[in-house]
Amino acid sequence: MRMLINVPETVVADALRGMAAAHPELAVDVENRVIVRRDAPVAGKVGLVSGGGSGHEPLHGGFVGFGMLDGACPGEVFTSPVPDQMVRAAAAVDSGEGVLFIVKNYTGDVLNFDMAAELAEDEGVRLGKVLVNDDVAVTDSLYTAGRRGTGATLFVEKIAGAAAEERAPLERVEAIGRQVNESSRSFGVALSACSTPSKGGPTFDLPSGELELGIGIHGEPGRERRPMMTSREIADFAVDAVLEDLRPSGPVIALVNGMGATPLLELYGFNAEVQRVLAERDVAVARTLVGNYVTSLDMAGTSVTLCQVDEELLRLWDAPVQTPALRWGR
Amino acid sequence: MLDAEFFRRWLAAVAVSVDREADRLTELDSAIGDADHGSNLKRGFTAVAAVLEKEPPATPGAVLMLAGRQLVSTVGGASGPLYGTLLRRTGKALGDDAEVTPGQLAEALRTGVAAVAQLGGAKAGDKTMLDALEPAVAALGDSTESFAAAREAAEQGASDTVPLQARKGRASYLGERSIGHQDPGATSSALLLAALADTAEGAA
Repeated sequence: MRMLINVPETVVADALRGMAAAHPELAVDVENRVIVRRDAPVAGKVGLVSGGGSGHEPLHGGFVGFGMLDGACPGEVFTSPVPDQMVRAAAAVDSGEGVLFIVKNYTGDVLNFDMAAELAEDEGVRLGKVLVNDDVAVTDSLYTAGRRGTGATLFVEKIAGAAAEERAPLERVEAIGRQVNESSRSFGVALSACSTPSKGGPTFDLPSGELELGIGIHGEPGRERRPMMTSREIADFAVDAVLEDLRPSGPVIALVNGMGATPLLELYGFNAEVQRVLAERDVAVARTLVGNYVTSLDMAGTSVTLCQVDEELLRLWDAPVQTPALRWGR
Repeated sequence: MLDAEFFRRWLAAVAVSVDREADRLTELDSAIGDADHGSNLKRGFTAVAAVLEKEPPATPGAVLMLAGRQLVSTVGGASGPLYGTLLRRTGKALGDDAEVTPGQLAEALRTGVAAVAQLGGAKAGDKTMLDALEPAVAALGDSTESFAAAREAAEQGASDTVPLQARKGRASYLGERSIGHQDPGATSSALLLAALADTAEGAA
């Protein structure tokens, strides 16, 4: 095992202690596993709370700050947080204007956030919810668990976060979040399996020379395995899979996301291919973001997320943001 | 008759067997899920055993409700709410009696299992914990001897998940590739029933 850890049991707490030391602008409750803006609750502002299993850093804690999330709840590695964390986070960020839960569509996340919503509403917090389900790899209607939530989570958190920062009311922030989700689709590719601390090794067997098409972000294998493809071939496959479902009629924001173990050298090269395919398909790209944002520990690979935007969404995307992992305009 | 102490011993026995089988559960989960079922349940049932030791409730219903709440607060994932709901709803159905009959427990467990099915939106055959729980509660009658039959039924139900294709939970994303692996949730459910039978037999 080659991991920079002490013991698997303390991985999340250790990371939170380090995060607290690096980011005094955040209030990190290591014991209860809640990360909030130090200035929360922000007067007159809807509070945005997201959360999910750890191991997807910088998602979600790295997106807490001005213009994006007010709070984040990290669960155990690849395990959704528990309702207690979400209730604490909601109470900490509620200025009286209500709280929006942003939930990735995984069974555990949904069940725990639903339980938390009931408890928080009992305590008088007004709640909205956006369910993110952008992954086109899971389309079979037989799977009523539905599509997984992956890269579009960043778009929802950034754009709805900007709307909240402008003091839009809860119903409006929620509607924008849903619009962003409905306008976004993703497709992921793994070149290697990830390793979880508790397992101490790869969570599935992917021989070198092969890749998995259609992976999610929890290390779960994809739907199809093929011999290794070039960056050009992967871009063709991934972008076409997204476009087949999204069929954009206007410009898009493109996210070329690394899964954790793929260097920027490769991601930028892959982005060149993604931009080529989009140009060939006559899709205008308004903005592009390249980097490791929604990761799967040390998995090598990438995901492509496209979000079709109108003027309003693009303006909110460009609005200032200041978080550990995403920062511009301020 | 079964009193609060019996239920406390049952859940302590579950904690012991989940601790012993944690690596196996995680291994099963790594084949078709995300490799955390064992460590998650171990964390949860260790917390359950600790809280029941520290502040033992007076009735069987209260034992199960406290244990369920503890699971919801410590496990996370899907198994936290699902197992938490199983125990809380079973406990609620038992009411305030200081002692319950095996038949009452059987009836309450059927209520708990129905609540799990509703929360997860799953049914038997979907390759989930219900594949062990449903045959087990069907086998339960009004004697502690029937607990052994429930243990057998749960273990059979768990091994019967091997050829199934998952239709719920994270394994469902694998489609046909989930075939050939035993479901980790059904496996942990079988541990729960085995501990019940063991406790009734005084073996735990």
